[in-house]
This record gives sequence, C-alpha cells and structure tokens, in this order.
Amino acid sequence: MGAAPEIHPRPAAADRRDLAWWVDKSVAILVFTGGISAIVFILGIFVFITKEGFGFIFGSLDIGGFFGSTKWRPTSTPPTYGILALLAGTASVTGLAMLIAVPFSLGAAIYIAEFAKGKTREVLKVLVEMLAAIPSVVWGFIGLMVMNPLIINAFDVPVGLCVLNSGVILGLMAAPIMTTIAEDALKAVPDTYREAAEAMGATRWQIVWKVVLPAAKTGLVAAVLLGVGRGFGETMAVLMASGHSVNLPTSVFDSVRALTATIAAELGETSVGSDHYRVLFTLGILLFVVTFAINLTADLIVRGIRKK
Amino acid sequence: MAKDAPAIRTERLNLYYGEFQALFDVDLAVKPGIITALIGPSGCGKTTLLRCVNRINERLGYVRTTGRIEVMGEDIYAPGVELAQVRKHIGMVFQRPNPLPLPIRDNILFGHRIHREGPRVRRAEEDRIVESALREVLLWDTVKDRLDRKATSLSLEEQQKLCIARLLPLKPKVLLMDEPCSALDPKATQTVEEMLWELRGAYTILIVTHNMAQARRASDECVFMLMGKLIEHGPTDDMFVTPRDSRTADYIEGRYG
Repeated sequence: MGAAPEIHPRPAAADRRDLAWWVDKSVAILVFTGGISAIVFILGIFVFITKEGFGFIFGSLDIGGFFGSTKWRPTSTPPTYGILALLAGTASVTGLAMLIAVPFSLGAAIYIAEFAKGKTREVLKVLVEMLAAIPSVVWGFIGLMVMNPLIINAFDVPVGLCVLNSGVILGLMAAPIMTTIAEDALKAVPDTYREAAEAMGATRWQIVWKVVLPAAKTGLVAAVLLGVGRGFGETMAVLMASGHSVNLPTSVFDSVRALTATIAAELGETSVGSDHYRVLFTLGILLFVVTFAINLTADLIVRGIRKK
Repeated sequence: MAKDAPAIRTERLNLYYGEFQALFDVDLAVKPGIITALIGPSGCGKTTLLRCVNRINERLGYVRTTGRIEVMGEDIYAPGVELAQVRKHIGMVFQRPNPLPLPIRDNILFGHRIHREGPRVRRAEEDRIVESALREVLLWDTVKDRLDRKATSLSLEEQQKLCIARLLPLKPKVLLMDEPCSALDPKATQTVEEMLWELRGAYTILIVTHNMAQARRASDECVFMLMGKLIEHGPTDDMFVTPRDSRTADYIEGRYG
C-alpha cells in the first residue's frame, strides 16, 4: 500500500488576505462613505437654514405678530412679517387637496389590490407610477393654462388661480404616491384572512370593508400622512396655480399664497443677511419642522405595523 | 330527502390545475352526521377534494372542475348558484388557525353579521349567539372574560377552536376540516378531537388528516385516496383491520407515504 491519501490537507495560512478580502474591505468603505455623506448633507442643510433663520428668530421676531398677523409686507417701511395668511394659504390648499386625493387614492388602491385582476392590474399600477413621475412644474402648467380658463368659465369668476385650482392640482399630484403606499398596505394583509372570510361566504366588498381595511388601517393612515407631507412641501405647482396673493381665503375662489411659494418667489430678490432674507429662512425652518413631524409620524406608524 | 341520503355526494369529479389533473373520476358519498376522514399520502388530492366541496378552490383562477357535487341534495356547481349562499351552509376549518384580526366576539359574530337579513339584532341576542357557539367548542370558560381581546392573541389551540366556533352561528350542515390539528401539539390535538366527538351528530364532518392514528381514533368512516383517485371507502374499524385493497393495506402499514 502506498502513502495514505492526505485526509486533512494542511489549512492555508490563517492570516492570508485574498482578493475577496480586499474587495470586501473596499466596498465596506465605499458604502460607509455613501451612507455617512447623506447624513452629513442633511445636517449641513439643517445647520445652514437654522443659522440664517435663528438670526431672525432671536433678533427681530415678535411671536404674536409673526403668527397672528396677516400683513406680509416685507418691502414696506417699516416691513411687517405676519405669516397667518401664508399659513392659511398652505393649509387651505393642502386641506382641499387631501379632500380630493384621499377618496380617489384609497379607492384606486382598493381597486388595484382587491378587485383588479391580471393585465388590468399591471397596467393600472404602471400608469399610477407614471403619474407620480410627472414633474411638478408640468402640473403647475396645467393649473395655469387648463384649469384657470376652465374655472373662470364654469363658475363665472374673474380669476381662476385660486384655492380650488391649486387644491385640485395638488390633490392630483399627491394621489399617485398615496395610491402606491396604500396599495402596499393592503397587499401586506395576509391572504389567509381573505380566505377565511371567503370560506364563510363573505362577498368581496364585505371582505374589503370588514377584514382588509381594518387590518390595513395603520398603513392607510401612513399613506394619507405622506400625502399631506407631499402637499405641504410642494412649491412650484402651488406657486403657479394659487394666484400668489397674500390673502385670508374665505371661499375656494380666493387667491392665496403658500409658505413654500413665498420662499421661492422672494428669496432671489432679497439682500443677503437682511431681515427679509432671514425671515424666509425662518419660514424654511417652519416647513422643515412640520414636514419632518408628518413624515416621522407616518414612519412610526408604518414601523408599528411591521412589529405586529 | 331520505334520512340517510348522503350529505355530500360527488359524481365523476375531475379537477385540473391548469394542465395538471389532480382528481380523477371521484365518486364519493359521505353519510350525514358522522365524521369521515380523508387519508392518503401527500399530493394524493385529499385537500383538493375537500376544497371542492365549498368551491374555495376557485380562488385560484386556473382551476377547472368537471362532474357533479351535491351537498344535502343540492348541486353546488349548478349555473345559478350563489357562492355566498353555498358557503354559508358549509363551514371550513383550515390547516393553520386563521382567526380574523378582530376581537374574539366579532370573530364569532362575523358570519352571522354578513349573512344577517333584516335589521341588526340586539346586543343581548348577539351575546347569546357568542356564548352558545363558544360553549359548543368547550372554549367559553377560558375566554368569557376576554371577549374584547384580539383573537390573534389566543394560543393556537384556542384559535383553532375559535375558528370552528365562528362557523356554528350560521348553523352549517357540513364542516370541512383541512388537517385541523397539524399546527397543534399532542395535548391540544387531543382536546380538539374530543371536541369533534361532541360536535358529531349535529354536523356532518369531513376531515383531511395526515395522521393515521388520528384517523383511526377520531373518525367513523375512512376514505383512502392515491394519486387523485378514490381507492377505498368504508367504516374506519374495518379499513384499519381488513383493508380490501392492497394499496390501502400498504399505506396503513406504513410501507409508503
């Protein structure tokens, strides 16, 4: 008998670093840099906004007048900075947008997730995602060129750039993203629930109404909140469709001005470091805080679902 | 209908999943008021057969069925048949307990509420329905103080009993059970089997099981299936002692499956 075959070949040196090791290390560094830079940028933006905005908050801010007055006259002498009308503008437009978008998007999500089959469903999903990809300036364009004359003719009002116009536009903009998220929430409801209800003789609508919607409740709330956040932060379409006049709206045909649109329209015309310049940054902080709070709430709600 | 006319009768039942044929000319007559077990190796078509009896198979769009199934003398594949009505009289229990994510009380009342005709019944009446259903599955004493808790917070055994209890307010004639104990431990299996014996008589029970010992303990009649065909059907005691078909004997003695 010859030499016995080597049953346990000697292991390679334990500290050998092969190609895979180097690839692994470099990818780790690359990914780390990418991840960290996102956080750095966000912090950077935050610091930049607060640095300018706090200059105003701790300098010439009069809280009562800031939130309580409707007089936004940054260019008069002396200038007054009352944002009540701007807040009312943003709130009215977002509110109307949600009144339109919530029923439409929930309806669309229920149809896609629970009723549509095969091809119809695939086509609808793609269409909804395409809608979400339309740039906001295009929506603004539609508000200006299509909705405006339409409103003037239909309701016999002098100007069609108003709460109604921008609310509709914003609602259409927010609906696709809300639809997509709401549909995900419905899809996450285990199929065994539907099967159980179906085996008891429930109709499709009974299953949706009594089983699926209650089970998906939190996800649907998150979808609506993200839509609200989208509406709140939207600038271009609202700037173009709302009429952009400082006004406490009393009807849907009043022109209004939104917080976001104010910043976009005025920042380029102020001198750096002036009170006007700084108050716009304060508006930025306000928007930042509100959208952050909305998104955080939505996120916490969605996490709540996952835990269950 | 004659007193011992079959509760479930299938006639030349064939079923196809797309191109694949899962059932071949199944002729079966299930007697009313007893427990009939469907046994056979995995993939023999016993669950498929069970899921034909309330047509829940049709949730999958690609299922095609030929032949006839009568439940309590009514052809459930007849053209004008409304599935909701068919399923009202045929309860189904699934392999994994699947209570709805609602309070225990609402789970029991679910079937009752969706099939109720006329005005909403009074709360006292609903309470009575809940109590009698839970008593029938021997669950009332354990859960009576937490009827407003989510049904999904119960133990698996309690969930499975609840899934049986929620069928009872509809006064079904037939209960279909798809391996109802396979997710339960031996102790829980025993209590569920005891409960089945309690229900026996009032309901016709058709139960799929993988567990030979369970079929032997907890059924009056047995149906042995193999490769989509019905091989043998007879009283459980006879089948386990003197099977007529050699394939049944081989399966029961554990030579395959």
